[in-house]
Amino acid sequence: MKMIKTDKLVFEYAKRDEEGNIIGMSRAVDEVDLDIEPGQFIAILGHNGSGKSTLAKHMNAILVPTEGTMWVDGKDTKEEEYLWDIRQSAGMVFQNPDNQIIGTVVEEDVGFGPENLGVPTEQIWKRVEESLKAVGMIEYRHHSPNKLSGGQKQRVAIAGVMAMRPKCIVLDEPTAMLDPNGRKEVLESVQELRKREHITVILITHYMEEVVDADQVIVMDHGHVVMQGTPREIFSQVDLLKEYRLDVPQVTILADELRKRGLDIPAGILKKEELVEILCR
Amino acid sequence: MIRDITIGQYYPANSRIHRLDPRVKIVCTLLYLISLFMFKSIIGYLLATLFLVCVVRLSTVPVKYILKGLKPIIMLLMITVLFNLFLTPGGRLLFHFGPLKITEQGLNTAVYMAIRLIYLIMGSSLMTLTTTPNALTDGLESLLKPLGHLNVPVHEIAMMMSIALRFIPILLEETDKIMKAQIARGADLESGNIIQKAKALVPILVPLFVSAFRRANDLAMAMEARCYHGGEGRTKMKPLIYKGRDYAAYAVTIAYVAISFVAGRYIPFKIWIF
Repeated sequence: MKMIKTDKLVFEYAKRDEEGNIIGMSRAVDEVDLDIEPGQFIAILGHNGSGKSTLAKHMNAILVPTEGTMWVDGKDTKEEEYLWDIRQSAGMVFQNPDNQIIGTVVEEDVGFGPENLGVPTEQIWKRVEESLKAVGMIEYRHHSPNKLSGGQKQRVAIAGVMAMRPKCIVLDEPTAMLDPNGRKEVLESVQELRKREHITVILITHYMEEVVDADQVIVMDHGHVVMQGTPREIFSQVDLLKEYRLDVPQVTILADELRKRGLDIPAGILKKEELVEILCR
Repeated sequence: MIRDITIGQYYPANSRIHRLDPRVKIVCTLLYLISLFMFKSIIGYLLATLFLVCVVRLSTVPVKYILKGLKPIIMLLMITVLFNLFLTPGGRLLFHFGPLKITEQGLNTAVYMAIRLIYLIMGSSLMTLTTTPNALTDGLESLLKPLGHLNVPVHEIAMMMSIALRFIPILLEETDKIMKAQIARGADLESGNIIQKAKALVPILVPLFVSAFRRANDLAMAMEARCYHGGEGRTKMKPLIYKGRDYAAYAVTIAYVAISFVAGRYIPFKIWIF
């Protein structure tokens, strides 16, 4: 079974003027077809307003499609009866670390999801401990979330989702409000989880550096999927990426420019080390 | 001002009082407060003092900390004392100066009222000092559960309280940020009379409210994404379970209330202060 599948997914919202009158409809997501296999690491890239966050919210049934269908773990998100199943199997981490932590103590926040699912008390404790260990935050279990750094808060949020034992975790720009250290911290936690739990990861971001390890990259623009492929395939089309207003990593641009000047360098260089190796040959 | 309010402030320690179930602390504090208003003689107040002193000692909270909670009510205390002192008729006339009269009865009532108010604040701040805000909301939720049958949204109220507690420091920080941002843009928050100062707060409150609503929206979405759907079918990570010491605390408090009630009412041990 596909983890996530969409068929001609469309999401429309009403555009309003300053008095709140509807002045027209706007398509945030326009006829998107996706097929995501279990266990994959998928990155969705896009500029602000490209519809990537809207698409993410569909995966958790926070939004339901205007037209078309979305299946999460084989369940149609439009069916009211599957709502809690869908939210349990596709956990979501949001952008702002402060606005998604509910508990006043780290461990209580991680326990919030399992509490809602009606998990028995001893089981909750076990899950909280495992999840906090998985993101490396176990020593902070009795701390107040207000005293943590942004990266640590996001790791707590990830633990909170993991404690619900999801099959898939959707991260909606989890690093957008973090400093470079926090970003690294969060991405390392995600990678670690993926390796250990074989969980499907969908990372939504506009930082291209974060997607080099993905199995598949999807680029969105104006609600459409405009590019889809492995990171190497995507990164080899530097000019196209620039057209979609994405910040291509420096090393990729450099390699691309060198190649255009006639150096024998393959397209789609992703990492600094790679370029160094090729240039030193 | 905000720093002076000890209600809702927690004094971290691991005393016997701290370890009690929050429900015990809420109920016993209530019983104690009611007991303060029941007796009419000095012996009742002696017992109340004894009880309070014992609990404070057991809680290991420094007395200074508890007394700090009295600061915001000093004005109220003064007004109550003065009104009772001068405006209660009855008993021997002790002192008069023009229209101001102090009677025996007045002096008695004033002193009693002062003691009652002081003990009231001390008793309730002792409860909040020894109970984490979270435990307090859990306790309240569980105590008010019967009201759920009357369609009172008990779980929702408790959830709102704990979220409010979580966001107080965040919003304080945000206020500080906005103030600095507005000062950097030339806002004058310091000078002027009260009305001007109040007006100067508008450019701080408006962005604060906007951001609070945005946060509320985000938080609601995050809660839904984590399957929150009200109190129904929800389990607890830290359920409240009465232990031996909790029953003991109930027994001691009820014994205190009973003894002080009987002693304060029926033992003819009425000494006037004068």
